[in-house]
Amino acid sequence: MSLIEIENLTKYYGKTLALSDVDLTVEEGEIFGFIGPNGAGKTTTLRILLGLLRKNAGRVSVLGADPWRDAVALHRRLAYVPGEVSLWPNLSGGEVIDLLSRLRGGFDRSRRDELVERFKFDPTKPCRTYSTGNRQKVALIAAFVSDVELFILDEPTLGLDPLMEAVFRDCVREVRQAGKTVLLSSHILAEVEALCDRISIINAGTIVESGTLTELRHLTRMSVSVETAHPVTGLSELPGVHDVRVDGAHAHINVDAGAINRVLEHLTPFDVRTLTSAPPTLEDLFLRHYELPTGDGAR
Amino acid sequence: MSEFSGTGALIRLIVRRDRLLLPIWMALPPLFVVVVVAAFVSLYPTAASQQMLAAQIVNSPGFVALLGPVLSPTLGGLTAWRSSLFASLIVAGASALTVIRHTRADEETGRSELLSSGAIGRRAPLSASLVVTLGVDLVLAALCTAGLVAFGLPVAGSVALGLSFAAIGWMFAALAGVAVQLTESSGAARGIAGAFFVLFYLLNAVSDANEPSGRSWLSWISPFGWMHLVQPFANEQWAVFALFLGAVIVLIAMAYALSSRRDVGAGILKPRLGPARASPRLRGPLALAWRLHRRPLLAWAAVFAVYGVMIGYLAKTSTNLLASNAQLANLFAHFGGASAYTDALLTFSLTFLGWIAGAYAITATLRLQTEEAEGRVDQVLAAAVSRLRWAMSNLALVVIGTAVVLAAFGLPAGLAYGLSTGNVGYELPRVLVAALVYLPAVWVVAGIAMALYGLVPRLAFVSWGVLGAFLLVELIGETLHASQSILNISPFNHVPAVLVSGVSVVPLVSLTLAALILTIVGLIGFQRRSIGR
Repeated sequence: MSLIEIENLTKYYGKTLALSDVDLTVEEGEIFGFIGPNGAGKTTTLRILLGLLRKNAGRVSVLGADPWRDAVALHRRLAYVPGEVSLWPNLSGGEVIDLLSRLRGGFDRSRRDELVERFKFDPTKPCRTYSTGNRQKVALIAAFVSDVELFILDEPTLGLDPLMEAVFRDCVREVRQAGKTVLLSSHILAEVEALCDRISIINAGTIVESGTLTELRHLTRMSVSVETAHPVTGLSELPGVHDVRVDGAHAHINVDAGAINRVLEHLTPFDVRTLTSAPPTLEDLFLRHYELPTGDGAR
Repeated sequence: MSEFSGTGALIRLIVRRDRLLLPIWMALPPLFVVVVVAAFVSLYPTAASQQMLAAQIVNSPGFVALLGPVLSPTLGGLTAWRSSLFASLIVAGASALTVIRHTRADEETGRSELLSSGAIGRRAPLSASLVVTLGVDLVLAALCTAGLVAFGLPVAGSVALGLSFAAIGWMFAALAGVAVQLTESSGAARGIAGAFFVLFYLLNAVSDANEPSGRSWLSWISPFGWMHLVQPFANEQWAVFALFLGAVIVLIAMAYALSSRRDVGAGILKPRLGPARASPRLRGPLALAWRLHRRPLLAWAAVFAVYGVMIGYLAKTSTNLLASNAQLANLFAHFGGASAYTDALLTFSLTFLGWIAGAYAITATLRLQTEEAEGRVDQVLAAAVSRLRWAMSNLALVVIGTAVVLAAFGLPAGLAYGLSTGNVGYELPRVLVAALVYLPAVWVVAGIAMALYGLVPRLAFVSWGVLGAFLLVELIGETLHASQSILNISPFNHVPAVLVSGVSVVPLVSLTLAALILTIVGLIGFQRRSIGR
């Protein structure tokens, strides 16, 4: 079942086009990665899903309901972590965690204490004094204590240190284990690669790729480094081989998915000493499938 | 001098950021002064009439305590008397707020972090904000002086009065410079500056009530007293400005000394820890709204209460004075007729308080906008809270808060007045009702703020302009006999003067209805638009 369905979503800020015909589907029980550079339209999409922004055109359904009309009923069943967490300066972190989870409809106290412990969070300080990472923790704890079906997380690890990022990943995996669905927007590719089942890449308000990580990897190349007894020749003439660099006994190439076997056959006569290959990273995908935008995009 | 490097760049940044606020702040006091002179010229054209009016005011301790003494029975003296309180309120308030806005508030939001990582000296932000503030105060003084001279008032007196406005602005700029070093929150710094304003005002009021000539030893305690000691249009004492200057230098030196003893973002006073868990009561948008409105509401109520005690007490001390005098009756005519002098005095204070309560209503209503602009509302509305419930929770506190603030004045004023006349049972309910009838007019102001916020949040600040326009209409109307249709623009003009002419229900009901309609318009607009930072 699809928990989130977006069809032909279009949004303008004044005359600026922020989203153009965006299509996106998130299935129940998956971790869905929504990636793109800053200003690509990730936050705008998520805020439309929450009923905070009006859309100009298209159809949006979250948990089978219209997020603009049925906001309150819907919000009981989801938890949201904003990209830029702003808190009430004169409330303590603990108070905000409790308040936000109560506004969503109550929480389990022992789960709350466990999360505070795991995120190594001091809930007694006034929010005014928290760093970005600590403010993020407030929103994350308040989200993960809630027993909801859907988690919408907007760049949730911004400002977290690597240890806390690991705690965050554990939390995401736990909620998936429990059958919950996660929509995770990010521009940190390692995070998306580590967590997500399927991803969509958005750039300048348009979805440019969608699919599982494996599917998308087929769109890109594997990087191969090889050390041989005799200098390799003739690599450039092989189909599917790119960016050839040969330096004496060392050779470095990028190979299209599907061309790897022919490359190996070609290399064997040169007496291969060592060979390392790296799978295509999301970063390659990212860089290859779109030029990073230079102008100001949407928020 | 590296501690100060970058000051020039920061000055340009402040001027750019406040390009709208600074001119308004510079223009208001001169405008007010000119209106006051024009009013006196039209109402009391002859020297004899001015002299008589001045004599009566000097013999009215209540009025003297409220507005200060009349130091010279001339057009200039009367103008100085009438404009001092309002002008110092604007100048002192704007000066303190500007300094806080460009020092502590920037540190709180992290903006100054970005700046201080550049080639900006440690002392540059404070220096830049002080330079701009002190400079604007001087320009404003020059404008006031020019306005007064244009009406043919003596140059020396005009310069002295204008400079005394600048001096009070300098005092509060320097005071704010110290306050921002103490706390981590800009709200607390504003609180400290506000508390000093009230304290100095009250000290001076007590001093003036005891010695209507304005020359008691108590005058030396409060900067507002110093303003009188300058004696504009009477016998100008230029040496008093040295006192101002000395105090300003000491305060600024203190601010610099404190600033070099603390980290960026930190205050001298350390913040307290809060509870690790929320109390069970903190569970809905109403409870949240209460937490956000609580502290400012209590502060406003405290100020109103102290003011109430003072007015109630002073009212009695002046009852002996007969107000059947034709000239005084003329002065009070706009308060609803020359009846008992005390009632007129109380009504006068109430009008003033009505406006102040209107200002409170705007700040309380626009908390909605602050919450949205800071992005905090996203998390509330992304939970199971409807927009209507969130907005109504805040509006409920506006409704209750304005009532609390007005009652905080009415109760002690009525009590103090009743105690002094020995008839609490009669005076207390009368004065309390007289204060509370301002509620519908105050709600209209809140309704205007809500309508603007709901429809065009970018322009919500225009509600301050609207309140200012109401004030101007009343001030001009009060003295220039403007036509009734213009006066009727201001909701405050429809408030019945209960003490003078009793309660009339119709205007109260229609004001409440107007407030309700404005609020509903705002709520509908808010329901239909996007939430944005």
